[in-house]
Amino acid sequence: MEKINIIQSTSIPIMRDNIDTDQLIPKQFLKNILKTGYGKNLFYDWRYERPNKPNPDFILNKPERQGAEILIAGENFGCGSSREHAVWALKDWGFRVVIAGGYSDIFYMNSTKNGFLAITLPKDQREILAQAAPNEKITVDLPNQTVTFRDHQFSFEIDPLWKHKFVNGLDDIAITMNYEQQIKDYEAQIPDFG
Amino acid sequence: MSKTMFDKIWDKHVITGKPGEPQLIYVDLHLLHEVTSPQAFEGLRENHRKVRRTDKTFATMDHNVPTVDIFNIQDEIARKQIDTLQKNAKEFGVRLAGMGDEDQGIIHVIGPQLGLTQPGMVIVCGDSHTATHGAFGSIAFGIGTSEVEHVLATQTIWQTKPKTMGIHVHGKLPRGVYAKDIIMGIIAREGVAFGTGYAAEFYGDTIANMSMEERMTLCNMAIEGGAKVGTIRPDQTTFDYVRGRKYAPKNIDKAIAYWQQFKTDDEAAFDKVIDFDVNDLAPYVTWGTNPGMAVPVDQRFPEIKDEDDRKAYDYIGLKPGEKATEIPIKWAFFGSCTNGRLSDLKIAAQILKGHHIAEGLTAWVVPGSRTIKEKAEEIGLDKIFKDAGCEWREPGCSACLGMNPDHVPAGIHCASTSNRNFEGRQGAGSRTHLASPAMVAAAAIHGHFIDLRKQEA
Repeated sequence: MEKINIIQSTSIPIMRDNIDTDQLIPKQFLKNILKTGYGKNLFYDWRYERPNKPNPDFILNKPERQGAEILIAGENFGCGSSREHAVWALKDWGFRVVIAGGYSDIFYMNSTKNGFLAITLPKDQREILAQAAPNEKITVDLPNQTVTFRDHQFSFEIDPLWKHKFVNGLDDIAITMNYEQQIKDYEAQIPDFG
Repeated sequence: MSKTMFDKIWDKHVITGKPGEPQLIYVDLHLLHEVTSPQAFEGLRENHRKVRRTDKTFATMDHNVPTVDIFNIQDEIARKQIDTLQKNAKEFGVRLAGMGDEDQGIIHVIGPQLGLTQPGMVIVCGDSHTATHGAFGSIAFGIGTSEVEHVLATQTIWQTKPKTMGIHVHGKLPRGVYAKDIIMGIIAREGVAFGTGYAAEFYGDTIANMSMEERMTLCNMAIEGGAKVGTIRPDQTTFDYVRGRKYAPKNIDKAIAYWQQFKTDDEAAFDKVIDFDVNDLAPYVTWGTNPGMAVPVDQRFPEIKDEDDRKAYDYIGLKPGEKATEIPIKWAFFGSCTNGRLSDLKIAAQILKGHHIAEGLTAWVVPGSRTIKEKAEEIGLDKIFKDAGCEWREPGCSACLGMNPDHVPAGIHCASTSNRNFEGRQGAGSRTHLASPAMVAAAAIHGHFIDLRKQEA
């Protein structure tokens, strides 16, 4: 997994609440058997007026917004379906961080598996960040758990285990395999009813 | 200190880690389908890893499968996904109920039907409606594809223990009002994120009197309120349901004795409790683009209070102050892991019997599994649906999410027994109105919703 320490980037605000994973990546794009290639269909229904005809008014399509690595959004981001394709699509487009008011539990867990940082900040702070001009950068400092913009600095919470994984780019399965003996011991005591 | 049922099951499954931090949890049952598993198997292959416990893993095909001619998959990419699962199951030794298999069906329907789903278990699947299995007194939740790979390789999962919420449901349901209306009513009142961070347990006299199928409908939609786990204490109804099924424990009496321990000591054990009285509950219908945007059938749609409401009204083509009885319904969908079980089809058929669907309306009936389809045909339900003008189809997820060719056309209002009314969910531009099977059946006959409580018995 890719390591995350300090990300300094321009941003894109989409301040709607309850952005569900059907909006992040509609089901017609879930049929691939790879983890890549989903970025072009991120926010598909909002982004295209019809196939191959981008909606010029949608912020993701604006030339001055290209290259942004930080997405700023509303409450309850990533609700709905469990599709990890939503995180893959965000990453494939180029986002590395989302800053929202909260996340569905499944989306959050998926983000931790993909080196995609999902930060929770209150509405008033996100509204300040959303004022960033297309060329203005926001700094996300994971080791210090801060988001800095102009003369504002906001702190965010993150579980120490997830932080450790992000900062070191660790693979979950390799970590878990260190517990092989405990797993075996656990399996030995499971009641068996045939 | 008193404990919840959730605490008791959780504590029995912790391999390592402290409370409040991510803990390594053992998984008793891992269910797979074609859409969220290919990248997981690919990950195993790349790292030369095996499936640790094939005996605790079960796969089927549901999201993508055609519901007309099951062996004629038109969509190349869908076929590739289905072929890939077949190949992966064979290579890794995973049990598979494949296309045409008598056990094939929607994963959350066949798990319980086959007796794979049992009380006290931790159950995961790469699908958010895994919450359904909580109806048996298990901890069941949806996971992403990386977690699927992790569970395949290790039979465990890292999770931070959620808080617990008790949802006390009490009273007697009025005629024409069902389990679907209870969960829709709770979400309409509490919002689509009230359960985020919580494992919910439904309890109370209403729940105790419910069948397993009704309980599954309730737990299935816990996730629509944000709770990735929805549970119900296992009782005699649960044990009677599991007994005798294909993969039920052989020593069932001993298993039942063990399962009896999984119950919440008292209400004080929950971090939060909410109360829901169903005595005066009305049938619910969604007007907007998330499951919380719902009103009782006899009430007017709400005023626009924010940008989300405005966008929802724009998309759905309705106005504040209108009523569900005024929505011009042109499509009806019976099916899904929420309401695609035999009892749901029976209720819908009972209402449709002797009637015909409205002129110009299309109605699809998609049983939740092949077994349900066959049982329904044995008792003549297929004939009732067909005589009423409905299409009787093959099992699968179908138009609940429209990954297969079953799409509701743009601009069309569809009365649906499914679980999500998101923008584009049933097809680009489709307008979904969630309701119970009885409400959808009545809407199919009349071309609009009606208040079932006012119907003659």
